[in-house]
Amino acid sequence: MNYREKRIEKRFNLLRSNKEKGLITFVTAGDPNYNTSLRIIKNLPSAGADFIEIGMPFTDPMADGVGIQASYLRSLKSGQTLSKTLKMVNDFRKIDNDTPVILMGYFNPIYVYGVCNFIKKSKDSGVDGLIIVDLPPEADEELRLPAVRNGLDFIRLITPTTDKRRLSLLLKNSTGFLYYISVVGITGTKTPKLDNVKLAIKNIREQSKMPIAVGFGIRTPDQAVRIASYSDAVVVGSAIVDKIGESCLLSDDNKNKSLEHIITLVEGLSKAIKKKTN
Amino acid sequence: MRSSLNSYMTGPDEKGYFDIYGGKYVAETLMPSINELESAYEKAKSNKEFKEELEYWYKHYIGRPSPLYYAARITKELKGAKVYFKRDELNHTGAHKINNCIGQILLAKRMGKSRIIAETGAGQHGVATATVCALFDMPCTVYMGTKDIERQAPNVFRMKLLGANIVSVESGSKTLKDAMNEALRDWVSNVENTFYIIGTTAGPHPYPMMVRDFQSVIGRETKIQILEMEKRLPDILVACIGGGSNALGLFYPFLDEKSIELHGVEAAGKGLNTNKHAASLSAGSPGVLHGNRTYLLQDNDGQILEAHSISAGLDYPGVGPEHSFLKDVKRVNYFSIKDKEALEAFQFCTRMEGIIPALEPSHALAHVMKIAPKLDKNKVIIMNMCGRGDKDVFNVAKVLGVDL
Repeated sequence: MNYREKRIEKRFNLLRSNKEKGLITFVTAGDPNYNTSLRIIKNLPSAGADFIEIGMPFTDPMADGVGIQASYLRSLKSGQTLSKTLKMVNDFRKIDNDTPVILMGYFNPIYVYGVCNFIKKSKDSGVDGLIIVDLPPEADEELRLPAVRNGLDFIRLITPTTDKRRLSLLLKNSTGFLYYISVVGITGTKTPKLDNVKLAIKNIREQSKMPIAVGFGIRTPDQAVRIASYSDAVVVGSAIVDKIGESCLLSDDNKNKSLEHIITLVEGLSKAIKKKTN
Repeated sequence: MRSSLNSYMTGPDEKGYFDIYGGKYVAETLMPSINELESAYEKAKSNKEFKEELEYWYKHYIGRPSPLYYAARITKELKGAKVYFKRDELNHTGAHKINNCIGQILLAKRMGKSRIIAETGAGQHGVATATVCALFDMPCTVYMGTKDIERQAPNVFRMKLLGANIVSVESGSKTLKDAMNEALRDWVSNVENTFYIIGTTAGPHPYPMMVRDFQSVIGRETKIQILEMEKRLPDILVACIGGGSNALGLFYPFLDEKSIELHGVEAAGKGLNTNKHAASLSAGSPGVLHGNRTYLLQDNDGQILEAHSISAGLDYPGVGPEHSFLKDVKRVNYFSIKDKEALEAFQFCTRMEGIIPALEPSHALAHVMKIAPKLDKNKVIIMNMCGRGDKDVFNVAKVLGVDL
């Protein structure tokens, strides 16, 4: 395997050796439009994002709350397509060859694009991992197996409803890292209960050495710090995406400032996580 | 290649597929519950007590068997094949939907679930769900697109009277597809105590199979009744297709009677050459939505398109996976009927037979009106009259420009 195929692993190793926790930031590709979105993504690493998770917009995101739904629709309205999302990763890679990029979304746009083509273009563009919400292990043959064969990480989702037997199934052949969904619910709605998250992560750690990221409902630096004390990374999505949504309602002058607001939010999250765990 | 199958009734396979269609494409949070539902249903299916319970409610509450009715005046007017209606519009609550709701709520009870959710388009499934929830004293939340709430006002009020909580869905096209998204979001958020009663033969496995099984009482009765009335099996069966539950209910017991033609009728809205229709089988392509792979209305980038039909119950950009399979193996022929043709059939049926059909089966009838005249008088067509039109009266008046 070459260097490019191991960005996620490499980044977690680096974080571990620095005794730091990772920040995974989620934004939707093309939200509110291609250029603004690319600018946001390019600025995320310097603001403190260790990983960039990029949403591939879909009309019918059945596991997402209103914030991310709205973000998908803004993006689609601006003309975003899967090809453009892959191009965006390619554009990002021109200035950053280290920060892992994970594409997140639903299966249908990939299925229609063509699985083989999608895997090839993802590799060529510099994508490192995939999170596909509606592909459980039962559907591994659709995308996970060919993706992993071609060196892409396929991130498993573990949830509070995952029982012991299912956990073994999810951990089997996992790659990249494990994503623990901290609430029974959709993105950006409920607030995770710390004790439950702690216990769940303890259970996973007993069976796996994979890095664990925790996401869903984490909005503030304070929450991020507390979650990060148990996990290897935290995912913040809806809080950032909501800021992008707010910026769309502003006048053109203030729109430029909205990038600053997003960067400030990410810096705040990053500083809090790094400081606390150093 | 696959058109020479020995039996069309073997699906789904153990993973929930009808050939390549179906499956379980849902968020991981739901997987334990989907699997639990699958095994609970497998157990219930072969349980004598469950079957007896189901039969009890079918007979004494729904009023089954529904009659098979020879539409003599329509037959005479069309001057061709004999036309029969399977009268599922006479069921309690006025449509075939209740057949499935009774089955699913009995299962929910066996599984110890304490809360019911459902999605609805025309409101027939919502009413049927609210009805069984009242009957079995379970709290009920129904998701319904804002656009459907407007055009199906009588059903919205019925659901409220029955004690259901109606959630108006503002997202996307504000119709059935979006109601289903929102119901799935509710389910993801409350999966531990909630049973999701899906109203059609779609969604993740085991729903397409389970709903088909509960609805196939329609076809089983039809077989017995037509043998009594005509001393032979029919030549053609006709049913409308939204998600496809009434059609599969009628067709399923006849799938292996290969001499019988099966006609599914989709909603062509303003025409298949426009972007305002709901004919996913006739004009769509395979994709993955709402937990299963099936034919969908979608663009080149895999984004789901908005469907259109005058009938809220057919206004869905997908279709049950078993229909996708039956299309590919050419066991069922799929046709489409425009809004305008359905409206004409609606009025024709009302005047000729004194039966006000729902706009959904009006599509099926419009197709019958096209094919019956071309057939010999000794041919027999059975059409599923899957719902009554009381709910549509106000909307039809509006379209016809009548002030009530």
